[in-house]
Amino acid sequence: MAIEVRIPTVLRKHTDGEGKVSGEGSTLAELFDDLGGRNQGLHQALVGSDGQLHRFINVYLNDEDVRFLGGIQTPLQDGDTVSILPAVAGG
Amino acid sequence: MTRAEIQGRIDLDRQTFDALVAHARSDAPYEVCGFLAGADGQVNRHYQIPNAARSMTFYTMDPKAMLRAMNDMDDSGSELIAIYHSHTHTEAFPSATDVELAAYPDAVYLIVSLQDDTPVVRGFDIVEGKITERSVFVDGAQAPGGNR
Repeated sequence: MAIEVRIPTVLRKHTDGEGKVSGEGSTLAELFDDLGGRNQGLHQALVGSDGQLHRFINVYLNDEDVRFLGGIQTPLQDGDTVSILPAVAGG
Repeated sequence: MTRAEIQGRIDLDRQTFDALVAHARSDAPYEVCGFLAGADGQVNRHYQIPNAARSMTFYTMDPKAMLRAMNDMDDSGSELIAIYHSHTHTEAFPSATDVELAAYPDAVYLIVSLQDDTPVVRGFDIVEGKITERSVFVDGAQAPGGNR
């Protein structure tokens, strides 16, 4: 199962500068574990110690916000594209 | 007026500047937010993004609208130049929350303040918690930074 993951500029320090990486997993959690196996920093940037997605990281499956799908347990299929964007927020 | 070290500038045309102020006023007292994009530092695209928080003191861009704007920039070969939001009751200087949540070190953070009768727009780089200010120019003339 190859999933394409689009990495934003701010997280490319964890991917040797690559804007797109490929990973494996039948859920988002498995995909991030797979990516994290190669780079723990990327995993820490996406997933909290509680195992949930960080509040200020937006993750999209084929352009849908995964918060409205299954969150970190969202199922993935071969050929899916996952996009990551840090939230734009402030006060 | 709170100040930071000034490094560099950001250039806007009058139409863009006026559009930022109009957007800020359109939902006052709630904060608004959006992106400016273009090429070589020249703004040619303005995206108004809904503030999902619809708050007077907080903003968070609607995730899907934000993704659509980012994809449009990719598709059109534009680069993100600035992230803007409004402060309806405070000065045009980054709040502690703005600094804490600033995740786009390559963008200029523009803040539109409606605190005084004359709107003030100021620009900042926020990189790893450090604020530096950019002079804002409108049609080549330096925009006033306000009295406070």
